[in-house]
Amino acid sequence: MWEYTKKVKEHFLRPKNVGEIENPDAVGEVGSIICGDALKLTLKIDKETERIIDARFQTFGCASAIATSSILTEMIKGKTIDEAIKITNQDIADYLGGLPKEKMHCSVMGREALEAAIANYRGESKPIEEKEKLVCQCFEITEDKIRKVAIENHLTTVEEITNYTKAGGGCGSCIPKIEEILKDLWAIKVPEMPKIKKKLTNLQKIALIQDIIEKEIRPRLQADGGDLEIMDIEGNKVIIALRAMCIECPMGGVTLNNIQEKLRELVDENIVVETG
Amino acid sequence: MKILWWRRVKIWSNSDRAMKTIYFDNNATTPIAPEVLNEMLPYLREFYGNPSSMHTFGGQLHKKIEEARAKVASLINAEPEEIIFTSCGTESDNTAIMSAVESYPQKRHIITTRVEHPAVLNFCKHLARKGYRVTFLPVDGLGRLDINTFLKAVDDDTAIVSIMYANNETGVIFPIKELGEILRERKIVFHTDAVQAVGKIPIDVKELPFDMLSLSGHKLYAPKGVGALYIRKGTRFYPYIIGGHQERGRRAGTENMASIIGLSKACELAKEHLDREPEYLMKLRNKLEGALLKLCPDAQINGDIEKRLHNTTNISFRYIEGEAILLRLNEYGICASSGSACTSGSLEPSHVLRAMGIPFAAIHGSIRFSLSRYNTESEIDKVIEVMPDIIKKLRTLSPYGKRVLKDCFSPKNLKFWLDIAFMNRL
Repeated sequence: MWEYTKKVKEHFLRPKNVGEIENPDAVGEVGSIICGDALKLTLKIDKETERIIDARFQTFGCASAIATSSILTEMIKGKTIDEAIKITNQDIADYLGGLPKEKMHCSVMGREALEAAIANYRGESKPIEEKEKLVCQCFEITEDKIRKVAIENHLTTVEEITNYTKAGGGCGSCIPKIEEILKDLWAIKVPEMPKIKKKLTNLQKIALIQDIIEKEIRPRLQADGGDLEIMDIEGNKVIIALRAMCIECPMGGVTLNNIQEKLRELVDENIVVETG
Repeated sequence: MKILWWRRVKIWSNSDRAMKTIYFDNNATTPIAPEVLNEMLPYLREFYGNPSSMHTFGGQLHKKIEEARAKVASLINAEPEEIIFTSCGTESDNTAIMSAVESYPQKRHIITTRVEHPAVLNFCKHLARKGYRVTFLPVDGLGRLDINTFLKAVDDDTAIVSIMYANNETGVIFPIKELGEILRERKIVFHTDAVQAVGKIPIDVKELPFDMLSLSGHKLYAPKGVGALYIRKGTRFYPYIIGGHQERGRRAGTENMASIIGLSKACELAKEHLDREPEYLMKLRNKLEGALLKLCPDAQINGDIEKRLHNTTNISFRYIEGEAILLRLNEYGICASSGSACTSGSLEPSHVLRAMGIPFAAIHGSIRFSLSRYNTESEIDKVIEVMPDIIKKLRTLSPYGKRVLKDCFSPKNLKFWLDIAFMNRL
């Protein structure tokens, strides 16, 4: 159960400005039923003063989504659109006395609906760029949105991004992508040095293989009660013998494969590991 | 904790007068039966000894555990030595699957369903990442398994089949007998997660052809933190929790004395209640369900109404969101649960309803009522009284309230179908 503030509860149980304005001057629609929340904001705007005379909402979503929409309409009524556009999602959350961090995406949705409505009033249609990259397929979140919300709210972790935009909260396959975006956003960029692999002499290669097996592979096997011994190294062929628990281990083949992978990664990609 | 609890009550209740809780979330957990608690108390107060000790003070408790084992066994008509006590349903499930996998190391295939409890589903996904081949069987729109797909999935490489007895979200009961007979012929280990079924419907292990069965205490009026695993005599077994010699070396760890006693008493009570309780619960459930469907438009029952637990109903109220419904019900002290994304803690709605192909508009508004022997008709009447108004009010808030949505096959839920394709590949 979520810990909602009194104000959230109040606006959820008795939401203000519910409904749809007939012949509205501006309409902002965001979200979808698939994603689990959606908001339709309709505004009546005085053409001369550009002041928002009336605002109404319809929301499909949880308690905090409903409360956010309700408070948003209260906040913008009486403001000019230039004043209204300055409202951030943090302002909306603050007005409610705070939102649980997992629910911050509701405040972002409110802010987006407002932006969409104002753009609609000004006759700006949001340019749909083909380049616009979807990062999160589950909730259809673009890279632009992630960057924007991250900068506005100074978000530095994937968890925060998920709380604010839902991105990464579904199947999770886009988490590495989000990490990259965050890294790109906040890190001081240093050009990566290309890795140059030196050709090893036979002696160096043998020493390196021994070193990796002693320091990285054996301790791990020993932790599971197993062990191994190097019998011989001929060129790229490493001959080992499994010892202790490894001898009868049904996973022996897998172990061997893992050792080979490790050596290929660190020493030479042509290495073959065999048991002697 | 106590302070928090009070604050919550204060925030959410309409007035300061204490509100009676109407508890319809018994598939999540049940209250501890007073008889069970009474039976447990001496083991929390005076009999604190360790059953493994040599002295009489501790050692005498060993006999009590064996008595408890016999009572638990009796509920499902098993032999006492076929029962091991565990810490919960999840442990029983994990143990069963791991045991088969360890016992047949050459076999690398596991079969389960898409609608399992996370205790099985996520454990199988974990094994899939470890290199096992896992088949997640699909279900149809009513949550039923297709025997033909099941037959096609079974092969000689299959180490274990783990299929739940009854679904926790919809209450749909799977044809365990039919599946088990096929598997017995092919000599494949069959485990069933019967956490939701034990104590609710009669289960006779002598009649049903599975090798292992999981049960959990807190779903049948015993406390949380205790469960049991039934292992049919002759089934290969490998322990999951390794350490001391408790449970004849099959589950290490000092016995949770009081809870084991509690579980045994709960099983005894369940056995006594089994002849009358299902009928009583079905009467209440049907009244609730019938009235809600009649009074709320755009509502539907999820799951096969022909083969379902007597105490469970899962109803979708289209175009509104589950958390909002739950919190409005909460205002009246009514406890239920939902399959919506906001209540799952993962931003994704119920995997069970998605596997059934229920449209998103209906999943987000799904509410599960699960009844217990302590529920009364007047409680049902209270829900029937308040629910239609809650639904109506939330629909006036919803932009979808009046629209007809075609959300079944839009590119927007492509992800859902990809998900299914992905699970097939696993």
